[in-house]
Amino acid sequence: MADLSRSDDTPPERGWFSARWHRLSIRQKQVVWAWAFLAIPIVFYVVVRFYPTANAFVLSFQEWNLLGARTWVGFENYIDLWNDPVFWTVFANTFEYLIIGTPISLVISFIIAYHLDKVRFMHGTIRALYFLPFMTSAVAMAWVWRWFYQPVPIGVFNNMLAQIGIPQIAFLQSTAIALPAVLAPAVWAGLGFQIIIFMAGLRAIPPTYYEAARVDGVSNWTMLWEITLPLLKPTIVFLVVFSSIGFLRIFDHVFNMTTNNPGGPLNSTKPLVLMIYETAFGGRSQMGAAAAQTVVLFVILLIVSLVQLRILRDR
Amino acid sequence: MAVAEDIQVKPSSETLLRTGQPKPPRDFGQIIRWTLLFLGGLLMVMPLAYMISTSLKYSFEIYDLNLIPQEPTIENYTYVLEDGRFYNWFFNSLIIATLTTISTLIFDSLVGYVLCKFKFRGRYLVFIAILSTLMIPTEMLVIPWYLMSQSLGWLDTYWGIMFPGLMTAFGVFLMKQFFETVPDDFLEAARIDGLNELQIWWSVAMPLVKPALAALAIFVFLGNWTAFIWPLIVTTDTALYTLPVGLSSFGDEVDVAWELIMTGAAISTLPTLVVFLIFQRFIIRGVVMAGLKG
Repeated sequence: MADLSRSDDTPPERGWFSARWHRLSIRQKQVVWAWAFLAIPIVFYVVVRFYPTANAFVLSFQEWNLLGARTWVGFENYIDLWNDPVFWTVFANTFEYLIIGTPISLVISFIIAYHLDKVRFMHGTIRALYFLPFMTSAVAMAWVWRWFYQPVPIGVFNNMLAQIGIPQIAFLQSTAIALPAVLAPAVWAGLGFQIIIFMAGLRAIPPTYYEAARVDGVSNWTMLWEITLPLLKPTIVFLVVFSSIGFLRIFDHVFNMTTNNPGGPLNSTKPLVLMIYETAFGGRSQMGAAAAQTVVLFVILLIVSLVQLRILRDR
Repeated sequence: MAVAEDIQVKPSSETLLRTGQPKPPRDFGQIIRWTLLFLGGLLMVMPLAYMISTSLKYSFEIYDLNLIPQEPTIENYTYVLEDGRFYNWFFNSLIIATLTTISTLIFDSLVGYVLCKFKFRGRYLVFIAILSTLMIPTEMLVIPWYLMSQSLGWLDTYWGIMFPGLMTAFGVFLMKQFFETVPDDFLEAARIDGLNELQIWWSVAMPLVKPALAALAIFVFLGNWTAFIWPLIVTTDTALYTLPVGLSSFGDEVDVAWELIMTGAAISTLPTLVVFLIFQRFIIRGVVMAGLKG
């Protein structure tokens, strides 16, 4: 091998680099190629992912408003957050988005996927109808839904209610209803994706299982519980984790449906990401405090996904 | 009997999500199922239908709940577009989404290819390091990115909006999975033919993973087209807003003129809907691919 690569003797007029290159074995050349290809991406990941992550952690132990000096404050940002009543409201809201959003969106999308899987007539068209909302931008749709929620005579929902004689609902102004009202378009927009993934999972189940069950005279309902759902477990695990992370990070919908009073009324719809945005970029530029909040978000996401993976894998 | 029906309806040899030829519903249960699904589908697109319908109405008509405008008009579109800002925002979004998509496709597939097909010490470490960035939420990075952009003068520049999205770890993972399906023999043959490694990647391996590239392209483009939080933070100059950021600020200004807001929303949504209707099949396959591999 070594002889082979050296047989190509380098003439003296070749440059130093070229001479060295021709002396390398094929294996060594590959290693050089590999690192050459990886050079830019490695710089990117270090500068744009790893360094900022470390920076966020460091910043969370400092106090800084962009203008003055950075001062070390230890755990003060975290302690302040712990003692901040707004944080606990926000914390509760964030979990409310998760706890209402994930199960509702998964159950609805499973029911639709389960039945859509069995429908052949105009299958593609119906599937497209469900999928279209997934292609929209959250900001545009937040405005559409915000318009729906307006009082009579503007809002579509209240107009419909008025027509059947039900009193108006102040969807976005009520502390009790505003959060679900903001969550609804987020659930709506994500259904199409979940339906498609569920259908792919359903298609992957071998039909012979159902044929065998049918021979045994098993009911539809039992087949669903004993065959379909257990075999769909990988799909379910993926969608539960994926959609929980989405709901825990909700921001675009909330910000755009309540721009005149972001996260309102009375912080009743404010999620953690909106609180982070306001702390850092809402005028007071409390970068350290905001960084501490991002660390909290990171920890929540990590714990929630690990717990879900654990529970769902074990079952 | 219903049991037998359900099974017959599902053809065993059908490939993933292929539509199959239309067959009429065969019994009463099937008709109910079909009708409910169809109505549900219509309900799903109602917000989009209302958005488009209202964008075609005069302001005196927006309180009317009819989906078909009495006197359709494109006046709202000419008004919004004459303002000039929407042109600007549309153009910004288009450039940014296109460039980040190109960059992501090139680098993600290159890295995925190297990690899959080259044997060298440290490649597992590189792969794990890149994958580990998937656990970091963007929200945690926006503050450091902002500080970085501020000190480097990237605020209010295209580069400032784009740089965080030039590569994604998800794409690296997806591409690596797909390069596993490319046989090593093909690459070896090209090597013997005297192609260098860059040529082999580009002209031998890349054409073989086109479906994966298409799926990734759709995801990255859509993601950047609708991205909101980072462009919102990094831009203060309205001329540099992307469509979502522009729409967000526009909606606040004209809080009463819902027909104009709906027009703006339609302008930022219609391109993706049109693309979807044209490439439906590929996009759905891409979602499945990316979803299942992710």
